[in-house]
Order: sequence, then structure tokens, then C-alpha cells
Amino acid sequence: MGVRRRAGLFILQVNPILCDGFGHCGELAPELVKMDEWGYPIINPEPVPFTNTGAHESARYAERGCPRQALRIRKISDK
Amino acid sequence: MRENTLPRLMYAAGPRPLSLAQHEEVFASPRSAGSLLEELEASGLTGRGGAAFPTARKARLIREQRGHNKFVVVNAMEGEPASHKDLTLLSTHPHLVLDGAEYLASIVGAQNIAVCVARDNPTVVNHVERALHERTRRSLRGPKLEMHTPPWRYVAGEESALVHWLDDNESLPQFRPTRPHVLRIGHAPVIVDNAETCANMGLIGRYGAAWFRGVGTANSPGSALVSVTGAVERPTVLEVALGTPLRVILKSASADPDPQALLLGGYGGSWLEGSHLDLGYCNEALAPQGVSTGAGVIVVLPRSACGIVETLRVVRWMANESARQCGPCAFGLPAIAEDLNHLAHPSRDPLSAHKQLEERLGQIDGHGACRHPDGVVRFVRSALVTFAEDFSRHANGLACAGSRANVHYLSVPHLEREEELIWE
Repeated sequence: MGVRRRAGLFILQVNPILCDGFGHCGELAPELVKMDEWGYPIINPEPVPFTNTGAHESARYAERGCPRQALRIRKISDK
Repeated sequence: MRENTLPRLMYAAGPRPLSLAQHEEVFASPRSAGSLLEELEASGLTGRGGAAFPTARKARLIREQRGHNKFVVVNAMEGEPASHKDLTLLSTHPHLVLDGAEYLASIVGAQNIAVCVARDNPTVVNHVERALHERTRRSLRGPKLEMHTPPWRYVAGEESALVHWLDDNESLPQFRPTRPHVLRIGHAPVIVDNAETCANMGLIGRYGAAWFRGVGTANSPGSALVSVTGAVERPTVLEVALGTPLRVILKSASADPDPQALLLGGYGGSWLEGSHLDLGYCNEALAPQGVSTGAGVIVVLPRSACGIVETLRVVRWMANESARQCGPCAFGLPAIAEDLNHLAHPSRDPLSAHKQLEERLGQIDGHGACRHPDGVVRFVRSALVTFAEDFSRHANGLACAGSRANVHYLSVPHLEREEELIWE
């Protein structure tokens, strides 16, 4: 996967209604996602810069690897 | 209507709802001269359903949306078991609420008004039906009026769940990735407002913003309906000016003058210690204590009661009322209820139960699609602070007299399936 360099910040966002607690995101993006005791993700709420390529890449893996398609990478327009 | 006096919303309230003719006679004033949106903005009206969001900002957001088939939804679902204000309002002044809904419709440019009342209260459904009939018989112009009767659940009154019902016959909250988020029925933008907010809008449309600001404080103008229950002679709905000291409200409801604690806002609200009775009933005075007026609920807890047991009963019920869409809510709330049960009736190491409870509260807070779990977390956290002494007494095995007495002050509807709280 080619990594595009982009300015700005992103957060990984979960749709808790879709999420069924498969736990793939915790495996694929351990630096962004922790698991609660029932296996649902607790995602780091701090926006991460796109220049942090490691975090961005694992966020993209998590987004694609989610069996419920519950994750989205959302760009934060900083003011 | 005279200036600077109460009652306003409850003006000339009788045992029967006012008919349209009576209503026009009582509130005999044409629409005020200024534009409605400017009047609404100048009035500083905030939503009375719990979130206290400025109504003018919401109206402006929906007004700026494209679409010629917008909806105004009047939310009179009254999910809070301790609240009776919307139903009281609809069974005294249904036309005031409908007036406000029509004004809102003309502000945002809506073609439809949907009044939502829970079907479990047939009297109020009848009142609303009759009021709508009177209006459509008088004139067929103006937005289309409809009544909807979803089944009563706690989360069914949440705005996205209500819109989901109107859109798709499912009373389940929706996920909103960004805020502010415009809810839609089909493609049509929707503005959802509490019945009391609409009634206030009806008054603002007739008498204007300057009149509206005649009571209340500078930051929270106007009056609000308060349902007072618990240790009172009889449960009442009062209309108070915002900023009225809590002591005065309790006195006029003939409640216990020296309570142990007050529950403010509703079952997703917070406990307030009984020593803060001199605070004014408005958000800016209550905010330093971490409390808000919420949906206008005050439950008075006397000194003879056990706050922990009452909290536990409410949390159990709230766990059962979860829509069970999101894991942290479906699994977390029963777990919290279980922890509280261990704290109330200590059977194992209470310190570890306490620590586990704190940990779980942090894991649940903010991780649902709607605010239902957050409300429970706030409620439990405020209980941990307010009843800290009782918690330590319970932890030492000294259960208080109140926890053994079989008298309860918070009304909790019958649990459907008390034995199986965990969703399979």
C-alpha cells in the first residue's frame, strides 16, 4: 500500500451500533485501540497527525479488516 | 397575559384541556410584530427536554438545510418515569404546544408537524387527537398535522430513536458520527423539540422575546415545568421561574424540607446533596455541583431512605431499558448494576468491587451511540460522591435502616425480565 502524505489530523471512529466486538481492530491497530472487558474497542480519542505513518497505516488496516465495517478514519479539520 | 408573573405555561389551566376557541380567548394576542426567528434568538430559549440546547441555533441549522418537505417533531414521549410535565401540558394546553410547533414550522420552513405521544397513555392520546381534529377542521392551510404513538420505552424518547421510529418504525437510537448532526425522515431534515419547548415557543410567538425574558435569570430566561416526586405529599408538576431557589420549590411542592439528597434532571441526571438547597434552579447555578436541570425532574430523598439502594434500583431498570445495540451499554450497564449490588449488600471484598465499578464507569462513558449509558455513568458517579459515607458504612457491613425498609422513593416501572439482565 502506498502511503499518501497528507496534512492534518485523523481519528479512528467506531460505529458502536455496527460493532459486534470481533476484536480485529485491537490486533491490527494496537497503538490506537484498546479493548474493554467485554471485547469492544476503546479508541484513543486524541487526533493523530497523518504524518505519523505507522499509526495511519495500522488505522487503515483496522478499517479494512473490520468484519462489521464499523470503523472509519475521519479527517479532523483543525481550526 | 400580564408581565413578570407566573403561571405562564399553566395559565388558566383547568381539569380539561382547553379547546381551540377557549385557547384563543385565553391567549388573545396576535402574533408579535418581529420576525419569529429573531424573536426566538432574542429570547434565549433553551430546550427543555434535557440537553438545554439553544432552540434558536437548532432552528437556524435546520432552516439552512435544503429540502421542501421538512418535519417538526414534537417530542412528548416522556421517557423519564419521574417526569410528568409533557403529559400535564398536553392535557391542559395542547393548543399552546401546537401553536409553538406551527411557529417553529414557519421558521424552518417545514410542511409537516408530527406530535409524538407514547401509546401507553390513552387519555393524552385522546386529548391530542381532539386538538389536532379541531385545528384541521378550522383550516386546512398550514403544515400538515399528524400524531404518532410509538410504544413507551426509556430510549424511545431519545431524538434519534424517535426520528428512526417515524422513518422506519424502529425505536432505536441512531449513530451520529459528527455533531451537530441533522436527523432525517427519508431525505427530509427534521427538527425535534420537546413539548415544553414548543409551548414556550408558542408564548414567544405571541408575546415576544422581551416579555419572555421578564422572568428567570439573564442566562436562563423564562420559566420551566418541574415534576417533584419522592418524599412529597403528592407528586406535582409546578411551573417555576428559572433561578428559583430549590428550597422554595420544595416548599411549594410541600416536600420534605430537610432531605438527604435531591435527584435532579431525571434518571440520567445527578444526585445533589441536601445541603445545597439554596442554589437556584437553573443550569448556571447548578453547574459547579456537576448537576443540570435536565428534563425538569426533582426527586426528594428523605433521610430515612438509603441512597445506595435507590441508585441500584434505578440502574437496574436503566440497564434493562438499554436498546442493546452497543456492547458497552448492553453488557456494561448490567455489570454496573451487579457491582452496585455487591456494594449495597456486601458479600465479597467491597473495596475491590468499588475499584472495579470505577474502572467500568470509565470504560462505558461515551462509548455508546446515544447518551443512555453516559447518563447512567453520571448518575452512578454522582451517587458515589453524594452517598460516600453510606458506601463506606455499607462496606463495613453496617447496612443502614433504609436499605432494610421496604419503602422506595424513586418510581421505577416494573421490570420485564428481572432475572435475566444480561442480553444473550
